[in-house]
Amino acid sequence: MKRIVFSEIDGRSAGFNGLAALLGLFFFAGLAAVVYTEHVGHYVTGGSNQVVWGIPDVFAMFLIVAASGALNVAIISSVFRKTLYKPLERLSCLLAVALLLGGLMILVLDLGRSDRVIVAMLNRNFKSIFAWNLYLYTGFIAIVVTYLWLQMERRMNRFVPVAGMVAFLWRLALTTGSGSIYGVLVAREAYDSAIMAPLFIAMSFSFGLAVYNLVLLAACKGSGREIGDVLLRRLGRLLGIFVAVVLYFTAVQHLTNLYAAEHSGVERFILRDGGVYTLLFWGGQVFVGALLPLVLVFGSSRQGLQLTGRTVAIASMLVIMGAFSQLYVLVIGGQAYPLNMFPGMEVSSSFFDGAIASYIPSLPEIGLGLGGVALAGLVVLFGIKLLRFLPTSLANAAIDPHHTTTTNRP
Amino acid sequence: MKTNGFDPVRRKFLSAIAAAAGVTLAPGIVLYGIAKSPQAKAREAGIAASDNMRWGMLIDVNRCNKGCDECVSACVEENGLQGHGRPATDVQWIRKVEIHNPLTGENRSLPVMCQHCADPPCVDVCPTGASFKRADGIVLVDRHRCIGCRYCMMACPYKARSFVHEEVEDQKSHTPRGKGTVESCTLCVHRVDAGRQPACVDACGKSGGGAMLFGDLKDPDSEISKRVARYATQQIRPDLGLDPGVRYRNL
Repeated sequence: MKRIVFSEIDGRSAGFNGLAALLGLFFFAGLAAVVYTEHVGHYVTGGSNQVVWGIPDVFAMFLIVAASGALNVAIISSVFRKTLYKPLERLSCLLAVALLLGGLMILVLDLGRSDRVIVAMLNRNFKSIFAWNLYLYTGFIAIVVTYLWLQMERRMNRFVPVAGMVAFLWRLALTTGSGSIYGVLVAREAYDSAIMAPLFIAMSFSFGLAVYNLVLLAACKGSGREIGDVLLRRLGRLLGIFVAVVLYFTAVQHLTNLYAAEHSGVERFILRDGGVYTLLFWGGQVFVGALLPLVLVFGSSRQGLQLTGRTVAIASMLVIMGAFSQLYVLVIGGQAYPLNMFPGMEVSSSFFDGAIASYIPSLPEIGLGLGGVALAGLVVLFGIKLLRFLPTSLANAAIDPHHTTTTNRP
Repeated sequence: MKTNGFDPVRRKFLSAIAAAAGVTLAPGIVLYGIAKSPQAKAREAGIAASDNMRWGMLIDVNRCNKGCDECVSACVEENGLQGHGRPATDVQWIRKVEIHNPLTGENRSLPVMCQHCADPPCVDVCPTGASFKRADGIVLVDRHRCIGCRYCMMACPYKARSFVHEEVEDQKSHTPRGKGTVESCTLCVHRVDAGRQPACVDACGKSGGGAMLFGDLKDPDSEISKRVARYATQQIRPDLGLDPGVRYRNL
């Protein structure tokens, strides 16, 4: 295989400066939103004693789930030895760390007492999946940074497959942990299910690759690097497969729930009567986030059309829109549906027992969520400016010596 | 390994303070306790809660009147829980729940608060160990250790917990609270430790329907133990296997 040449991006263009300024603005706006919320109290958010985790958690879950998924591109190369993905390894690791940092920023700053995060470091309840996740998150960063260093230090390259395997197993554990945050909630009908862990793993594959595709396409476009159709086709079709897997797990999740009469209420709520949640499920998650991208990536190749960068970018954006819809329905819709304390009874109280809770995202919450996204963006932007993460070319000839024979393969 | 936050120096110091407070206050408290609640004995200052007892409550729903909220008012007063006129974010440690059976038309009204489970999910999920269960069965939040992640609120099947969404003013010295942390019914632990019964139970007996009975479920001679042995009683969501310390009769 040809030697892959990596280089920094120039990072002096107006586009770079503009993007950096924009991300910086969102980052500081996010911090300002936190200071405001912490000062006056969380009553200014859309959250309440009914919906305790709001839109910041949707952003955080998206970033954390996508972080482990973004790493998959490197795993495909290191562990599954697909040499075509070799040039994509470094960016995959950088993006994984960046997304996780963004997600963690939101999680920590959404706490009621963010100032006490040191308390969480010093006091652990090992029965709590949250406490486990703190290890999984910090361990993930340490492992991925090491894995990245082994890739970038030529003398250490021989250890890359081992590190890749460790990173792969760790990321599976991490996403299992993220899904289990919801899976272990025995009292909440929308969550209490072992399928949450594999569902989250499937989601991570899909969301992570969608973000990866967008970042790769934007970085190459912005720095004038070519991406050949061999790679585009692979990335696009792989995304399609992951999207189909998420759709499969989602179908199983709802079908098994529908089978149990006791859960028919929450299923009716999500699938039929839930207003914004129903709309986001069918319109956002299923149609925009799954069916449209599937048609885009598989439909174009059936018609003998090339998967262009634009098509892959649009499909990836749709998948991300679907991802936010899915997480909104899961995180907030699942809480909006009331706890079933007295099965079979109609219940009411001054504390909103038995009532569908209302939730409207507030500006400070959206600000915090976007602040986390901005942090991830800044880490990637300055990462590729300062270090050699991006290959100089991803043209067919540069990445695959046999490209003339492989272009006809899916 | 530090598992329960035990710090000998701190404990010694606290014990000394508690002992001093005990010497000053105990005689009066004990007298009051004996007069008010013959079944609850004051715990000596400096002595840890014991698992020889399990505090619990029995609520006779037949005696709980719709529209009566003496227990709720007493809780608010006792623990300084005045709200800000924002029902979605104001804290509620105990609330009256109205139940209607659509199949039979039967109506019920009952108070619901932290059920002080034997296996509390809030304690399981709490990342810092701020949610904890005392040896005598009372489930509490260490508000110095709570980071406000609200995972316990997600996990509680009884919607018993509230997040403090706003600055807290006029706190009671026996009920420290704080913005950004989670809290719930303490079973009036400060009263129980002084040999008294929770404020809601007192209020229900004085000016409500006398529906609430407090006591030690492990003491076979306590009134609550006798009643749960004699009458059919229920726990809310017994299927979850959490063994709540609050039981209901005629639900």
